[in-house]
Amino acid sequence: MTTLITNARLIDPEAGRVFPGSVLLRNGVIAEVFDTPDPAIGTDHVPQDARIDAGGKCLAPGIVDIGVKICEPGERHKESYGSAGQAAAAGGVTTIVTRPDTRPAIDTPEVLEFIRRRANEAAPVNVLPMAALTKGREGREMTEIGFLMDAGAVAFTDCDRVVRDTKVLSRAMTYARALGALIVGHPQDPALSTGAATTSGKFASLRGLPAVSPMAERMGLDRDIALVEMTGVRYHADQITTARALPPLERAKRNGFDVTAGISMHHLTLNEFDIADYRTFFKVKPPLRAEDDRQAVVEAVRTGLIDVIGSFHTPQDEESKRLPFEEAASGAVGLETMLPVLLRLYHSGDLDLPTLFRALSLNPARRLGLDCGRLAKSAPADLVLFDPDKPVILDRFQLRSKSKNTPFDGARLQGKVVQTFVNGTSVYRSA
Amino acid sequence: MTFTQRHLLGIEQLRPDEITVLLDLSDKYADRNRSRATSTDVLAGMTQINMFFENSTRTQASFELAGKRLGADVMSMAMQASSVKKGETLVDTAMTLNAMRPDLLVVRHPHSGAVDLLSQKVDCAVLNAGDGRHEHPTQALLDALTIRRAKGRLHRLSIAICGDIAHSRVARSNIMLLGKMENRVRLIGPPTLMPAGIAEFGVEVFEDMREGLRDVDVVMMLRLQKERMDGGFIPSEREYYHRYGLDAEKLTHAKEDAIVMHPGPMNRGVEIDGTLADDINRSVIQEQVEMGVAVRMAAMDLLARSLRERRSAMDKGVMA
Repeated sequence: MTTLITNARLIDPEAGRVFPGSVLLRNGVIAEVFDTPDPAIGTDHVPQDARIDAGGKCLAPGIVDIGVKICEPGERHKESYGSAGQAAAAGGVTTIVTRPDTRPAIDTPEVLEFIRRRANEAAPVNVLPMAALTKGREGREMTEIGFLMDAGAVAFTDCDRVVRDTKVLSRAMTYARALGALIVGHPQDPALSTGAATTSGKFASLRGLPAVSPMAERMGLDRDIALVEMTGVRYHADQITTARALPPLERAKRNGFDVTAGISMHHLTLNEFDIADYRTFFKVKPPLRAEDDRQAVVEAVRTGLIDVIGSFHTPQDEESKRLPFEEAASGAVGLETMLPVLLRLYHSGDLDLPTLFRALSLNPARRLGLDCGRLAKSAPADLVLFDPDKPVILDRFQLRSKSKNTPFDGARLQGKVVQTFVNGTSVYRSA
Repeated sequence: MTFTQRHLLGIEQLRPDEITVLLDLSDKYADRNRSRATSTDVLAGMTQINMFFENSTRTQASFELAGKRLGADVMSMAMQASSVKKGETLVDTAMTLNAMRPDLLVVRHPHSGAVDLLSQKVDCAVLNAGDGRHEHPTQALLDALTIRRAKGRLHRLSIAICGDIAHSRVARSNIMLLGKMENRVRLIGPPTLMPAGIAEFGVEVFEDMREGLRDVDVVMMLRLQKERMDGGFIPSEREYYHRYGLDAEKLTHAKEDAIVMHPGPMNRGVEIDGTLADDINRSVIQEQVEMGVAVRMAAMDLLARSLRERRSAMDKGVMA
């Protein structure tokens, strides 16, 4: 199958440039990238109905989203592979990397194979699973890392349940190193953060909410980096959200450890004051930070110190959010809203488009050893075509996710996904 | 100068002139309560439901009495023993009660923000009787009334709040109210019992009690809330009493005519010396309890007035 997308603004995160061009897709891969908007290709090569005029809109490598929660098995009423896949396609996410914090946890090759099968049947985008690092995410015994890798696990994580026992973690890391497995940690001192719903400071004190010092993140990262130094494992910190955690991250990278870091879309675009009068849709993990921290992490994404941006898509039903703030569940959906929300940083002049897609597509793909995330010849034809300027008022009930818990309901955003391609096939086209 | 609030959720939402209106009316009720003719009928035909999701004796009794003196039909529900145990959510409980069409709902809840949440789901007026560590507005108002009656004014006073600030909703509401009325607020306590970022609240923070008490007009002691402690905030009760318990010697650092307050229930010998608490020349603790009923009567009276206005406006709207 052949498609020619002409008259596009191509975003190339590898070269760090935006240029008018066109792209030829063939057999699921990018067959050619032209730096003219309308290359002279006859209709005998590409017939008229296989041509898409992008109308000057942006074409970028599809988003690779590390850390998506899909609630299968266990809580399918919150999200299924079908609904999440539709949401991803509509959000320009072409590869979902799923979290194992389901009920039960994805911690055996049998469960992993089951969900991979479900995903392939139901989702129009690529789905790659992560597996639990310890059995039942209980932090006691490591999972069958080897078998799980054979079954297709791309990384190992206990998600927000930090492995408290450093001996357990060091052994799991040592074992994982031998297999070349990637471990995704949640840098957070577990004792300090117990029961916390917000970041400590004036806001939390004013609202009387249990809070955790932002220092807990640095402590968690310091510990994990020491263990990386000890074991030599490949390590990715899921979310670095505070200014104080940035120097140790920078040091670890400078010392040549195989360490990368991510951040959520929410921590880049919201701060603790957005919680306002106990709005539980703004309760995420780790909690939203001070504005100084937000600015510091945006800058860290710009410089590349923070490698990856993810949605940390976490579906919650209305019941688990319609509770007093302390009791309410954490997390927000983001697959479908991530790109328009992050374009705020583009419109504000904080990040240019190649930098944004370096963190959204190129870096996460590289970290997982995937060939996608690039706008280059012979890369998989996973692409997102979007209009960065189109104004939208977000209506949460229009989202494709089964759960509607977005903090951006009613927000005025600029940017809309026009069309999404996975392996050269159109999986979404806006009305 | 009118009081237009629909609910009394916290001091944060009140303007200084609304606080004054409330205290002026409270003063009238306080005098009336001292006379023989305590009862009125301003809430006649209205239903007041007290929902306490957390144990309380004095606040609940005070609200109950206030409602009865105003002629309301008062019902108190011990929520700890009820549907909550059966797994009903707060919002569902609120909807259920709302369907019974009460006029005033008095709510205490162990979680901050829970009363705000509940108020969004009901048609009646909601009074916050304490939510988590967030606010306890009627306590701050009764403290303010007590201070105003003892000192003759509620501005340009130096007021020390001592003890477990971190876990105290009383402290938060008082800091806000006293600040709005332009007083100097000092907080005294060990750093483990101070909330983070407290210096940004427009207060002075002291770790040394004698220094903090110097020349203050009012000493407000807080209960050391043992039931809130996860453990390990202070080394022991006796060390706490030695360093932060109010006794006659420490009180000499305050102004000679400084008054001593405590929201109760007191832990004698933990945060306050028993003899001092009973000293009628310094302690206004009993008066605080008395003012509590008056303030709650005034708050419910004013909320009932706005409720009636809103309802009659709605009726007119229906007819038009």
